[in-house]
Amino acid sequence: MDNLLEVSNVVKRFGSFTALNDVSINVPKGSIFGLLGPNGAGKTTLIRIINQITYPDQGSVTLDGASLQEHHIKDIGYLPEERGLYKSMKVGEQALYLAQLKGLSKKEAKERLKYWFDKFEIGNWWDKKIQELSKGMAQKVQFIVTVLHRPKLLIFDEPFSGFDPINANLIKDEILQLRDEGATVIFSTHRMESVEELCDHIALINKSQKLLEGKVTEVKKQFKTNTFEVGLLAPQENNLREELAQRFKVSPAHFKSLEDQLKLNITLGAQESSNDLLQYLTQKAQVQRFVEVIPSVNEIFIKSITENE
Amino acid sequence: MSNLKLVMQREFIARVRNKTFVIMTFLSPLIFVGMISLIVWLTTMNNEEVHKVAFIDQSDLFASEFKDGETLEYINYSQYTLERAKDSVKKNKYEGLLFIPKTISQLEKNIEFYTEDSPNLGIIEAIEDIVSKRLTKLNYEKEGLDVATIKAAKAKVALQIENFSGKKTSKLSNYIKMFFGGVAGYLLMMFIIIYGNMVMRSVIEEKANRIIEIIISSVKPMQLMMGKILGTSLAGIVQFIIWVILGGILMTVLTTMIDIDPQQIAASQEAMQEIETDNMDQIRLILSDIWALPLTSLIISFLVYFIGGYFLYSAIYAAIGAAVDSETDSQQFMLPIILPLMLGIYVGFFSVIENPHGTVATVFSMIPLTSPIVMLMRIPFGVPWWEIAISILILLGTIFGIIWFAAKIYRIGILMYGKKPTYKELFKWLKY
Repeated sequence: MDNLLEVSNVVKRFGSFTALNDVSINVPKGSIFGLLGPNGAGKTTLIRIINQITYPDQGSVTLDGASLQEHHIKDIGYLPEERGLYKSMKVGEQALYLAQLKGLSKKEAKERLKYWFDKFEIGNWWDKKIQELSKGMAQKVQFIVTVLHRPKLLIFDEPFSGFDPINANLIKDEILQLRDEGATVIFSTHRMESVEELCDHIALINKSQKLLEGKVTEVKKQFKTNTFEVGLLAPQENNLREELAQRFKVSPAHFKSLEDQLKLNITLGAQESSNDLLQYLTQKAQVQRFVEVIPSVNEIFIKSITENE
Repeated sequence: MSNLKLVMQREFIARVRNKTFVIMTFLSPLIFVGMISLIVWLTTMNNEEVHKVAFIDQSDLFASEFKDGETLEYINYSQYTLERAKDSVKKNKYEGLLFIPKTISQLEKNIEFYTEDSPNLGIIEAIEDIVSKRLTKLNYEKEGLDVATIKAAKAKVALQIENFSGKKTSKLSNYIKMFFGGVAGYLLMMFIIIYGNMVMRSVIEEKANRIIEIIISSVKPMQLMMGKILGTSLAGIVQFIIWVILGGILMTVLTTMIDIDPQQIAASQEAMQEIETDNMDQIRLILSDIWALPLTSLIISFLVYFIGGYFLYSAIYAAIGAAVDSETDSQQFMLPIILPLMLGIYVGFFSVIENPHGTVATVFSMIPLTSPIVMLMRIPFGVPWWEIAISILILLGTIFGIIWFAAKIYRIGILMYGKKPTYKELFKWLKY
């Protein structure tokens, strides 16, 4: 069993509106799985189904091989996008309360909270009320509560919103460490740079449907266009450009270089190999740069969404 | 600990720790007792004021009858003309001027009372009493009747009411039953409004704080809702008990403090003795009436209807809280709560008391939204057990229905933000 979570053919309708249309995803054990999609695509609905907040009209969800049941709540830690804490309750008390709701005993919860509070250097907040804390501070408490019961599956919905860069980094490191300790992480966000940095698997949802899913490297391979970014030194740049444009599909490229040179993106046909191109180029000019263009997650995101429209 | 218990516990502690709750718990009995003593004090103040009434008695029949009382003084203006007397009354700011003309025939229709503005009813009654007694006596004498004989011949009837199984009851019995039923029904209504609102506010708070989705990923919405209702009602019961105890203590303290007038006590004791010797039987009957009330079934059904009614309504309150974003938005949904409560109270106070087993009372004691109040008011009058059973069954069925329905709205509503829902939308949520 190498998938921790399997969502199969899930359909969810709200009245006449279909929020999820036959969506399936597989989240491998120990992965950081990016659940991507524009606003209103159905990400939050899917996450709520995994958390058993709502239930699918059709399809099934299995966690660790067993179909979702009430006790699985204790195996999941969820940090929703809409998150808050009781304003008039003391930090320590509500952390204890939330931990106990996840099935920890009071004693156990206290010990673990102490560990985390010390780790985040917020031990002196215990008796403070949330309304006395800043938003970022409250989010630290929420993060602790999410991971405290050591769930197998962690679900973060836009985890970095509201954090300053230092705290965002702190949280990012914690997420990575939790993954290393064996947790599986689902990560829903619009911030492509954090997806690029953290995720090894992604799924893209748009308009209630899954557009693509897989390992980030596989997806990128699938989306690469056999394009190479080249920097050429030649006495007569314009002649060379025209010559290349006649033979290949060419577009201007932009990158920083020490010397003034001809910068181009050259796209090859399916049959042609990079070696052929390189051979051809070395005959014509001094090759200063030769890099395969790998699409960023951001580009993949935009491309698949616009193609889907 | 189960999640339901955890939610209950948190809810209870959050309610009890709330500053307004603490203040209200200890202040309300004070305010209540203070209000009562203020009212008592104000009425005594009012009574102590001495009113002066002038009169012109041209018939010469009444002058000796007008004797000054504690709060009413009579001033004889018979030597003045009507016009002068009027002026003088106005100038002296007397309460009014009574004018009794000379004509003997139809005298009762020709007596007039002049006053600045609408007269004090007590004074009018006192004057009418004196005049009519005097006139009656005069009439007896005119007809040659002996007043003493007439008095002796008067028969005083008090029906000995007995039910078919031979138990004696007093006429007051109905009032006692009314009192018990009325208090129970009214108490239930107050409890529902006060603590139902608390449940609603607590739901809105969780929504407004955006903690709801965190909670709901660990607790089933149904558990959360029931935990809220139970925790809040526990806090409510604690508050009620404190109110009763504190109120009782304060009342006894206050009555002993106010009743320091020994004369009054002596007077009331004398009066009591009089009543005792006169109506000892009556009092014994009242007491036996109270004991003859179906006390056990009264208490049991009070608990059942109290809890049932409260659950029914607080589930609706919870659903409303889930459907809206803020308390101001909740106003539009208050009608389905307030209307049946009011209906229950009115049906209780009018139909039940007039005819506890009439059609209206019976029907309303079956309809689940009004049955807790109406049935509580009917039970002291003796309701056949099968009627209670049917009514409780309907109530229980409705409670489950409403809780199911409320949980559905609750489940959807707590995750909806920024929309002011309509009834139509709530109905749609039921199908999600």
